[in-house]
Amino acid sequence: MDFLTLIQILDSSVRLATPLLLACLAGLFSERAGIFDIGLEGKMLAAAMFSAATAAITGNVWLGLLAGIGASMFLSIIHGLASITFRGNQLISGVAINFLAAGITVLVAQDWFSQGGRTPQLSGAGRFEGFDLPFADSLGSVPIFGPTYSELVSGHSILVYIAFLAVPATWYVLFRTRFGLRLRAVGENPAAVDTAGVSVVGLRYAAVAICGVLCGIAGAYLATALQAGFVKDMTAGRGFIALAALIFAKWRPWSALWTCLLFGFLQAIALRFQNIDLGVITVPVQLMDALPYILVVVILAGVGGKAIPPRAGGEPYVKER
Amino acid sequence: MDVMPKWAEVILVPLISLILAAILSALVILAIGEDPVAAVRLMITGALGSTYGWGYTLYYATNFMFTGLAVAIAFHAGLFNIGGEGQAMLGGLGVALVCLFIPWPHWSMALIAAVVGSAVFGALWAAIPAYLQASRGSHIVITTIMFNFIAAAVLNYMLVNVLRPAGSMDPATARFDEAVHLPSLHEMLAPIGINFSKAAPANVSLVVALIACVLVWLLIWRTPLGLEIRSFGKSHRAARYAGIGAVRITMIAMLLSGGLAGMMAINNVMGEAERLVLNAVEGAGFIGIAVALMGRSHPFGVFLAAILFGFLYQGGAELALWTSIPRELIVVIQALVILFTGALDNMVRMPLERMFLAMRRRPNVQAGE
Amino acid sequence: MTAPAIELKGISKAFGPVQANKDISIRVMPGTIHGIIGENGAGKSTLMSILYGFYKADAGEVFISGNRTEIPDSQAAIAAGIGMVFQHFKLVENFTVLENIILGAEDGALLRPSLAKARKSLLELEQEYDLKVDPDAVIEEIGVGMQQRVEILKALYRQANILILDEPTGVLTPAEADQLFRILGRLKDEGKTIILITHKLREIMDITDTVSVMRRGEMTATVKTSETSPEHLAELMVGRKVLLRVDKTPAQPGNVVLDVQNLRVRDEQGVERLKGIDLQVRAGEILGIAGVAGNGQSELLEVLGGYATGTGTITLNGQPIDLTGKNSDGRSRRANGIAHVPEDRQREGLIMDFSAWENTAFGYHHDPRYASGILMNNAAIKADTQEKMDRFDVRPPHPHLAAKNFSGGNQQKIVLAREIERNPDLLLVGQPTRGVDIGAIEFIHQQIVALRDQGKAVLLVSVELEEILGLADRVAVMFDGQIMGTRAATDTDEKELGLLMAGVTA
Repeated sequence: MDFLTLIQILDSSVRLATPLLLACLAGLFSERAGIFDIGLEGKMLAAAMFSAATAAITGNVWLGLLAGIGASMFLSIIHGLASITFRGNQLISGVAINFLAAGITVLVAQDWFSQGGRTPQLSGAGRFEGFDLPFADSLGSVPIFGPTYSELVSGHSILVYIAFLAVPATWYVLFRTRFGLRLRAVGENPAAVDTAGVSVVGLRYAAVAICGVLCGIAGAYLATALQAGFVKDMTAGRGFIALAALIFAKWRPWSALWTCLLFGFLQAIALRFQNIDLGVITVPVQLMDALPYILVVVILAGVGGKAIPPRAGGEPYVKER
Repeated sequence: MDVMPKWAEVILVPLISLILAAILSALVILAIGEDPVAAVRLMITGALGSTYGWGYTLYYATNFMFTGLAVAIAFHAGLFNIGGEGQAMLGGLGVALVCLFIPWPHWSMALIAAVVGSAVFGALWAAIPAYLQASRGSHIVITTIMFNFIAAAVLNYMLVNVLRPAGSMDPATARFDEAVHLPSLHEMLAPIGINFSKAAPANVSLVVALIACVLVWLLIWRTPLGLEIRSFGKSHRAARYAGIGAVRITMIAMLLSGGLAGMMAINNVMGEAERLVLNAVEGAGFIGIAVALMGRSHPFGVFLAAILFGFLYQGGAELALWTSIPRELIVVIQALVILFTGALDNMVRMPLERMFLAMRRRPNVQAGE
Repeated sequence: MTAPAIELKGISKAFGPVQANKDISIRVMPGTIHGIIGENGAGKSTLMSILYGFYKADAGEVFISGNRTEIPDSQAAIAAGIGMVFQHFKLVENFTVLENIILGAEDGALLRPSLAKARKSLLELEQEYDLKVDPDAVIEEIGVGMQQRVEILKALYRQANILILDEPTGVLTPAEADQLFRILGRLKDEGKTIILITHKLREIMDITDTVSVMRRGEMTATVKTSETSPEHLAELMVGRKVLLRVDKTPAQPGNVVLDVQNLRVRDEQGVERLKGIDLQVRAGEILGIAGVAGNGQSELLEVLGGYATGTGTITLNGQPIDLTGKNSDGRSRRANGIAHVPEDRQREGLIMDFSAWENTAFGYHHDPRYASGILMNNAAIKADTQEKMDRFDVRPPHPHLAAKNFSGGNQQKIVLAREIERNPDLLLVGQPTRGVDIGAIEFIHQQIVALRDQGKAVLLVSVELEEILGLADRVAVMFDGQIMGTRAATDTDEKELGLLMAGVTA
């Protein structure tokens, strides 16, 4: 494998890691606040459809992004109602949201565009194009660093940079601000927050809303940057890989970054090589596809330190009697 | 204290949830410019108006009975098995191996072997998440989700690289031998003079599913093991006090659950397609969640809910055929049922409880903390 | 005349069909310690949770320093200068002391300045009230006494003038409790108003200025502590003269039934919770285990009852009992002749959603009397349950009713009937009368004594010293996973046992 191929694979990894990272951070906010969210997939899917549809109709990708965030937020609110207000089962709510999104996206796309549940192909201002960072061209000829900078670091869509900046931002918010302290507390012991005079419901809704925004960006990225339009079930399990990454990263922002890059890398390899011939054995592409899921099972089995979720996670907050 | 009488708990709450889901679905149909009343009428004629329609409705219902029972058994043990989909995929693999590689003299023997094969494969696929939950505390919801994806990869690999007949481009096994063909309802009912549609896929697996409902009912409500499973599901500490082993019950419940989900394959793989294809399960594993929630995890409730979803599936297919409403409408309805009967249960329940409370309020008032 | 620090008028609160507080009025003067005493379930905690804005009252008014104050949530309570130390601490376990203290009372959106300010205030509070804690310690790594200080500091950091403490000594040793009372005295001297909720008469007599008594959701009396006596308060609490002593004849101990040697148990974190326990229980005697909650009593019951593993030797009637492996579970213990009334009947002894008859079979569901073939014989179980309910006077006597629909006392009778009627060689009983009404307490005590008089061995664990002294023939005191000493019940008193409970050997 030559250097340029490597750069291309890494470049592809970054693109593929971006939606995972956004969704993973989305899940991080929600789960740190004690609301389990297995509906990341559905929220991304709804955002992908509505962003692509809006961008196709208006020709403005930014409006598309807004619509995507809106759709994702709508599902977040349902999740909030079910798990916060009505203290229902958060896992079941997540399952319902995934199905709701899977059904509604095709239904609406078919109703609006009659293209078999797709949205029209996006182009021009209807899509997030890559943009070059300063000096990308002029530095391109410098050995090693040049191609790395111009091919790998530069040339992505704005959403990629947003996703990567979201990592330090998440860390800062979580560990250096009042909001973050309260958010983490409500995921560990909501009664402590409640008796300290802070609204558990408010905090949890805030977390769920942030989760909605990030999933919305993730979905919009899929349909308007990575691809040029929406197709049925286009998230293809990314929401669950993000969930897997979240557990793998033990609910920590920086670890989430590395995990999502790793999983993006695995996807990039699987896309490029299909079956990988290692000489002795051939690794089938299906194994590459399944690897993130297998890795999570291995982590959950307790190999390499136990992954302990926030203590109040999954439990609706009821004042004790 | 029990606030609501039992009949309200068992009938009223699911019924109201269902009505809410129906109203929202009607609004969705309205929104895409179709007439909900006409749609329902079409669904009823399409799914229940002919033996052909019934044949499909019952075929789908058979799938959902298996997956619904699978989810229900796990629920009784306090476990949420989202892995029905993957377990049913592996069950299909078990059925395919049994049917492809053993020359069966008669379908009945093949059916018994297929029941065992599908159940064993399904159970094995549930065994790893079950073991990790029981011994390591790894969250079974997450591991079963992961195992659905891993199952898809395994099946893909088996069909593309191993079981695909030479020269075929289709990722599917060869057609099963004629000898393992399961009698359809048409063939079963013809001797007693009932002329059931020849084209419909409902088959003898329906009888197996009904037997499974009865056996699960006996197991859960009439055996010591059932008491242990229910006890464990209600309180781990109480189960521990009573000497009910956590690892044992988790394993048993999940093996039974996975086995039931896997057994679905006798219907869709052996009874209908007569070969194993990639997306044979078609989401039935997930519909089991809706069915179990709707049926309140009781085998009879599961039976009714499975018929309801069978009706929705066949009716939905008819809708897609005759109107501009895509089949995905059913997915939306399914989502709404899960939402209202599962996650938003309290939204339905709380006003009802308040109502019943107000009705009984007047007499005895007692103190307490 | 100064206005009362707190005045409640006509407070009422119902949870569903249960009336927890009924038309309660109370006045507490500033700079005093006011006790609220009552049995478990009398409505004390509910009342204070209303004052703290944790629950919303259905009716009634609150006046703080003479001003009518609405307290819709805890925020309002804090703003009104009220702080509360709950029975179960409300701390974030993996946060530091400092983080817990500023939570909800931060200055500004960023943490750094808030933490710095809190660190400084903490030093001042430490000097003012002699409340020393390490601000950087993580909560889960410090002891309960220290955690309680953090709770008090939390309230003081929020400028509380009124401090409510709910059963603060439940988890403390007598020495720690004394230290807490010194702190409370200091706070009172500084002009703070303190409300102390407890069910322990001694604490009321020792430290309070005035005391209110609650019974079944109602306030039955408010008196000056100096003008009352424990006997009088006890009578007000339960509504009639109480039998503090259980009627029983002297024990006739026989052979050793249970022999425990060098029993050691580790918890999931690998911490040793039982550090070499030796004890014997003879036929026809009740051995009481006294101690502050959390000193290994629960672990002792768990390992004897077969749901924790340990090392050491245990014999029952001379036969060894497995401490690990497949013959060490609850089912094997029952087969060995050990019956167990667990400490927490609602979470262990019963499945609250199950009917009384299912609960009667619970744990004994493999008994051939309850099963025909592989199926359970439900009719036989129901008939047996009906008989047991009649004999133990369970009300209402309906086997089909779910366990959660019975009162605490009747729930306990269902458990007791199930276990005692097995005719065990050894009965393990944990907190037999916790949350049980007075009438049922006598009945339950009589049943335990009756079992002893049949020549059975009884091991009794209770955190109520009075119960231990009344019921047990011999008393062993546990402290920090060890037995500090064993006394004949007739040869000891609360004072001696209290010292042992604090780990002080004479």
